[in-house]
Formats: sequence, structure tokens, C-alpha cells
Amino acid sequence: MAYSEKVMEHYTNPRNVGTLNKDSKSVGTGLVGAPECGDVMRLQIEVDENNVITDAKFKTFGCGSAIASSSLATEWLKGKTVDEALAIDNMDIVEELALPPVKIHCSVLAEDAIKSAINDYRVKNGMEPIELAKSHH
Amino acid sequence: MELPIYLDNNATTPLDPRVLEAMLPYFTNKFGNAASRNHAFGWVAEEGVDYAREQVAKLIGCTEKEIIFTSGATEADNLGIKGVFEMYQDKGNHIITATTEHKAVLDTCKHLEKLGARVTYLNVKEDGLIDLQELEAAMTEQTILVTIMYGNNEIGVVQPIKEISAIAHKYGALFMTDGTQAVGKIPVDVNADGIDLMAFTAHKMYGPKGVGVLYVRRKNPRVKVTAQIDGGGHERGMRSGTLNVPGIVGLGKACELCRLEMASEAARLSALRDKLESALTVLEESYVNGNREHRLPHVTNISFKYVEGEGLMMAMKDLAVSSGSACTSASLEPSYVLKSLGLSDDLAHSSIRFGLGRFTTEAEIDYAIENTKKAVLHLRNLSPLWEMFKDGVDLSKIEWAEH
Repeated sequence: MAYSEKVMEHYTNPRNVGTLNKDSKSVGTGLVGAPECGDVMRLQIEVDENNVITDAKFKTFGCGSAIASSSLATEWLKGKTVDEALAIDNMDIVEELALPPVKIHCSVLAEDAIKSAINDYRVKNGMEPIELAKSHH
Repeated sequence: MELPIYLDNNATTPLDPRVLEAMLPYFTNKFGNAASRNHAFGWVAEEGVDYAREQVAKLIGCTEKEIIFTSGATEADNLGIKGVFEMYQDKGNHIITATTEHKAVLDTCKHLEKLGARVTYLNVKEDGLIDLQELEAAMTEQTILVTIMYGNNEIGVVQPIKEISAIAHKYGALFMTDGTQAVGKIPVDVNADGIDLMAFTAHKMYGPKGVGVLYVRRKNPRVKVTAQIDGGGHERGMRSGTLNVPGIVGLGKACELCRLEMASEAARLSALRDKLESALTVLEESYVNGNREHRLPHVTNISFKYVEGEGLMMAMKDLAVSSGSACTSASLEPSYVLKSLGLSDDLAHSSIRFGLGRFTTEAEIDYAIENTKKAVLHLRNLSPLWEMFKDGVDLSKIEWAEH
């Protein structure tokens, strides 16, 4: 199967690869997927006092579409408020990257990673975690 | 050097130009039906087929009458296994095979289970070889067939064929082997190896697609298979259907070239393979899968831990290789062959098969080494698992969110 140009572009020049200090109170970390399933995403956000995401980093073990989905997610997260970030839907990623049906689970994983990072941040800062939809797999 | 570089010769091989040359007349002026007995067009086609039969027989050390032409190895596997099951059902219903066989064997056995066969699927050891004692323990009076592949398509290990056939024969069973990856690459002799039936195909040895062989022994013992395709009674009644004359002529030529060039080609390819392997296993946490002594000369399968195979192949975009990882929503299952060796799912997901061939050059291997190394480093830089490993985190202790 051929990859879309946008997937290739993110895969070749991934944005925001890296690691934030997971022990910092202003950082939320989401680690989703499993090695035996062939994909693991770690997505981190740094949130300022105005609830704005000032930085986002990722590392992903997975296929090109999984890497591109998480790279794109970090790009979108920066500058958004946490509430705006919660509104990111996996289908937005599918559309932007022109993912074929067999790769939709990569976008689902990216959405899960965003929500899981936000929850980590919320819990660290004394807020209730938001209810996550059950994994789509 | 032209890009991309083809290193997937266990999937298929390019047609050797000398094979193409031999085939061409049989598409045009030598177009006859080999079964037309009454005119020159038929005779010419038949002559081409007869000559090819000799070329094939010479490669595996049998007689021409023991060669049944089919559409490929899958059909030959089907004909051999189903044909023996039907023909020998008065004697028993037990078949022994192994978990690392090709799907053409495994799915045929599964089909026969629905029709009353009892099938034993032997596990393999960590190195991919079967345990001979386990085989012997599985033999019963009901065992009619032992079918174990010669060389494995994913990892290239070569089974102890002589020992396996001796055990099968000791208990009165027939021995069949899927020789698809081995025939033409290493010496295969049906008599020395004790083979009663063997499937193989032209397109894995620089011949055309769509033509293969089932070897069926005629003496000591005389083996019979029930036809699975009925019709005009071609191929001594075992496989009806007008012969694919150009394909068969190409297969014959391919077999002849393999026989003449096997020794030098195997030496050249195993040297290139070893060069590739040593250069890539210099990378931390990379492992060669399968037995490294008993194996085909032209293939290696390497796991690069903490990177995912499909993602890795994308970074190796100038290299045509294959991965044990299938990352689609339909199948998140990594290779069943690698899992049979006891590899964990994550290592199986991290594997790449390099298949060298007659037209692989040293410059291509040098390029492949650099390209692969770069790709692995790129992917590890992106991999959270690699970072955790480097930080000393025990990945097996993490509770992964299964999905």
C-alpha cells in the first residue's frame, strides 16, 4: 500500500520528537498501545497557568502512519487550550493524513494518547480525570 | 546502481534473460498443444516439454516420469497432501507437519481435518528446526504422510531432511517436502534425501510465475496420488489441463541454470549475506532469527529490537524487503513462523527479511547496509521503547493498555 505524501512528509521529518520532564507538574504524559500489538505512542504536553499547551513532544514505536499521526497531533496541540485539545477527533487526523481504512487505528491511538496525556496532567493538578471512551480496537 | 534495490528474492525472483530467451519461441511459432499427437505443431510442443522434464529431473536426481507439472508450488502442495490422503485412506488418516510450514501446507492440512484427517503440527525448537524425537514420538500406525518443508521461506533454516525421511519410512509413512525455497539453491536429491513427494516452483529460481512441479516417486515405493483436477488425463492422470508449454520450457531452463551455477552462486550469495548480517548485527539489540548453520545461502532474517518492522521498511524505501510485522486493523498479528521460534510479539514485529538473489551485487549490499543502519537509528530515535530500554526500564513490567 502506498503512503500519502503527508504521511511520508511527517514520517521523514517528524515534528516535536522528544521527551519532556514527566515528573514536572505542568507536564502530562500519555503512553498508549502495546509492543505486542506493534504500536506504542508516548505523547507529552506542557501546560501553562492559562491552560494553554505551550509544548508537545512525542515518541512512537509503530508503522509510518502511527508516527505521522502522533507527529501531526503534537503540531496541532501546541497553542491550543486543554479544552480545545480535547476536541481533536481521530477522524480529523484521518482526513488530514489521508489514512486508508486499515490505518484508522493509528489515528485512534493518537487521539487516545492526547486524552491520556491530558488526564495525566489533570490528575497531577488535583482535577478529576475525564471519562475516556473505551478503546476502539 | 538502480534504485530501488530488490532484496525480496524469497517472495519471487526476476526472470533470467536466458530463461526468457528459451521461452519466447513457445509463445509464437511453437504454439502447439503438447497433447496434439497428430501433427507437427503438437510434436514440437511435446518435444519442448519432454526436454524440460529432463532438465527438471536432472536437478533433483529423479526420472522424467516422476515429474508432474502444476500451476505452482501451492497447487503441488495441495495435490501431494490431498492426493495422498485420498489415495491412502484405507491405510490411515494421520498426517504430521510443522507449525512453521507455508500456508499452502497448513491450510491444506486444516482442510483435510474437516474431512476426517488427524493432523499433528510439530512445534519447532528456538532455532526453527524440528525435534526429531518429537517427530518419532508422534508417528503411529495410522500415519500415512509426514510433510516437512526443506528450507523455510521466512528464516531460511534447512530441516534435517534425511533424518526426517528415515523416521517416516521406519514407520511406513510417505515423506513429502515443500522444496520451494531450497530447490535450485542447495543440492536436493530425492534419492539421497529419501523424498517421496516434493513441491516446488519456477518463479523462486529465476523462472516464470504460474508453473511448478510435484515430484512423485515411482519406485521404492511407487507412490500414487488421487488427482485433484479432473479432465483430459494429462500428467499420467494426476493433473489434467493443457500444459503451460512456454512456462514449462522456462522452468526447465531455469532448473538447468541452477544446476550448473548453484555451487558458485551459493558461495557468492552466502558471502554477501554474511557481510550484510555482520554489518547489521553490529547495531545494538539486533538478532538473527533461526539456525545460522543449517540454512539457505541467500536469506537472513534480523530483528531490530524496539523498532517496528513496517515503520522501518518505510525508512528503507530504496530497499525492497519484507517484514514479519503486519500492521493493519485486519491483522495485528506478527509472523506465525517467528512466533513459533518463541520470539515475543514485539521482536517478531521488529523483524526484516533480506532475500538475496542471482542479480544482487556487492554494491547493492553495501548500499543496503548503510540504508538499513540509518533507518534503524532514525526509528530508534523516535521510539519510546528504545528510550525506556536506554533508561533501564524493564518493559515487561509495564502494564500496557492492550488494544
